[in-house]
Amino acid sequence: MTSTRTPAAAPAPDRGSSGAPSTPTAAAPADERIQTKGLLGTFLARPEIGALVGAIVVALFFAVAAPSITQAQSISTVLYGASTIGIMVVGVSLLMIGGEFDLSTGVAVITSALAASMFSWFFAVNVWVGVGIALLTSLAIGLINGWLLMRTKLPSFIVTLSTFLMLTGLNLALTRLIGGSVSSPSISTMDGFASAKAIFASSVTIAGVNVRITVFYWIALVAVATFILLKTRIGNWIFAVGGDENAARAVGVPVAKTKIGLFMGVGLCGWLLGMHNLFAFDSVQSGEGVGNEFLYIIGAVIGGCLLTGGFGSAIGGALGALIFGIASRGIVYAEWNPDWFKFFLGLMLLLATIVNMYVRKRVERK
Amino acid sequence: MTTVSTQNTPTGATTDTAAPLVELADVGKRYGNIIALREVTMTVDAGKVTCVLGDNGAGKSTLIKIIAGLHQHTDGTLRVGGEETTFTSPRQALDAGIATVYQDLAVVPLMPVWRNFFLGSELTTGFGPFKRLDVARMKETTKAELADMGIDLRDVDQPIGTLSGGERQCVAIARAVHFGAKVLILDEPTAALGVKQSGVVLRYILQAKERGLGVVFITHNPHHAYPVGDRFLLLKRGRSIGYYEKKDILLGDLTAQMAGGAELEELTHELEQLGGHTSQMQQVQAGMAESQARPRA
Repeated sequence: MTSTRTPAAAPAPDRGSSGAPSTPTAAAPADERIQTKGLLGTFLARPEIGALVGAIVVALFFAVAAPSITQAQSISTVLYGASTIGIMVVGVSLLMIGGEFDLSTGVAVITSALAASMFSWFFAVNVWVGVGIALLTSLAIGLINGWLLMRTKLPSFIVTLSTFLMLTGLNLALTRLIGGSVSSPSISTMDGFASAKAIFASSVTIAGVNVRITVFYWIALVAVATFILLKTRIGNWIFAVGGDENAARAVGVPVAKTKIGLFMGVGLCGWLLGMHNLFAFDSVQSGEGVGNEFLYIIGAVIGGCLLTGGFGSAIGGALGALIFGIASRGIVYAEWNPDWFKFFLGLMLLLATIVNMYVRKRVERK
Repeated sequence: MTTVSTQNTPTGATTDTAAPLVELADVGKRYGNIIALREVTMTVDAGKVTCVLGDNGAGKSTLIKIIAGLHQHTDGTLRVGGEETTFTSPRQALDAGIATVYQDLAVVPLMPVWRNFFLGSELTTGFGPFKRLDVARMKETTKAELADMGIDLRDVDQPIGTLSGGERQCVAIARAVHFGAKVLILDEPTAALGVKQSGVVLRYILQAKERGLGVVFITHNPHHAYPVGDRFLLLKRGRSIGYYEKKDILLGDLTAQMAGGAELEELTHELEQLGGHTSQMQQVQAGMAESQARPRA
């Protein structure tokens, strides 16, 4: 975690009346007004803090309740579960930091997988062509979402709710129209399937433990997203358009391009997950994906991304996805009724949001 | 659209031999059939502070939005460096050296001071996909630039939202100066500030002026405008009701003109009738006089 210290609630003892900048002479390196923040202060102001504490608590809880979860292979399974959510959470987190959110992500993943399989099957071409078409489809969905948002100035809730509904309908209707069924036809015997499966849905054995490839994609995406957020101009713009769109525009930040780019980033993540879903098996159910968009948003929110934008981190989102992975598998390992899972998720969301709100108040306090 | 130059100089205002940084001649703005601004003439010279005074709804915002490139004027001419111009975006105005510091949207509160300082004009190192922010250099520059303006900041890493209103204004001013602004437009920088903080901001206005910038200072407070201003443009209901050099007008006249002398007198009577706390009112007036004297010290 090579991150700059994001909003750290520095204790500012002489704020207010006497806090006016006055004497340039006092700019000495050891400023008596800077209290040493201390590890705790710096720590508490990080956006990931809620998710980190949550992940530790949840991990400890299930380590006690279901000891078998601490075995290496179980951990790998947990990570796989986390990665299938986490890949999307990366894109959704960045989007949320940029001040928008996307309800169409869940079905857009399926749209991407359907586009790949149906195109390859219908035109009887190498599945890699379909994979390329799927990528274009996913990016186009992001582009349309972003463009509509900037063009109409409607809230992203409305715009992406519309695309969510339209994509849900398109997935079902086109699949039945083209393939004559509710699921896409099997493409396992087609050219390129084996190599595509190796890229998108294989697993690697490390020290006797079977690790799914999505785990590596997930980690790589989190690393890239963290770099973009903290170390590039675009990252600066993402925080700015989410924090105060008008201020960003006034200093020359390309607001529309940044936001559209963020939606396309979500599209890219959706494509990757869609390809995994497709090649992990050989066909896709056209009605799937509905409801998953909330899991991605929950992951980002638990991870400390503000719904109102301008604050958050990719690592936090990853921790949010990890909590999801631990909880969903932990309940299975503990041999409880999985019905409890949703209750648990809701509780986590509530607690995480309260912690995040507290953190933001500290940061924004004048 | 006239191209007359001498005729447009306002009463008493003398133009320098060089073309003024920004010059407005009979500029007007209509939104459909609503006339927000009409026939406004003013000049901004290097090293001079031009104050735009007016009550709410006088057209101050419309005026600065035209100069800042957020809106386009529909009548008259806007000349920048002697050339007739119409800005279509804030970026264009920025590139022409006109920086605007807005009262409420100057900065992104949750972002650290240094990120705000360089927002939109970030420094980078490296090439291609490895192009990254030059964090160390940006932090150093921010600290140095602010110190140069006499702003002593505790920590450039703190979110700018944790600074006081005056400090935030000053950071925004320092930012504009650093990025080569020739003209600085300040939109009611003292409106939401207390007496002391206002003094701080007024001092930076003088500092920017001494650096040779042309400053447009928008305010509805003549007590803030008079000590720092060189020229005063008074707006009322979208029209110019006066344009004065400092030597031609006194603070009292300025205040009276702004409020509309008769209205102010009426108000005084009303207040007297209400309670007649004349001693208290005198105290308040004395306090105001003191506060406006301080920034010049």
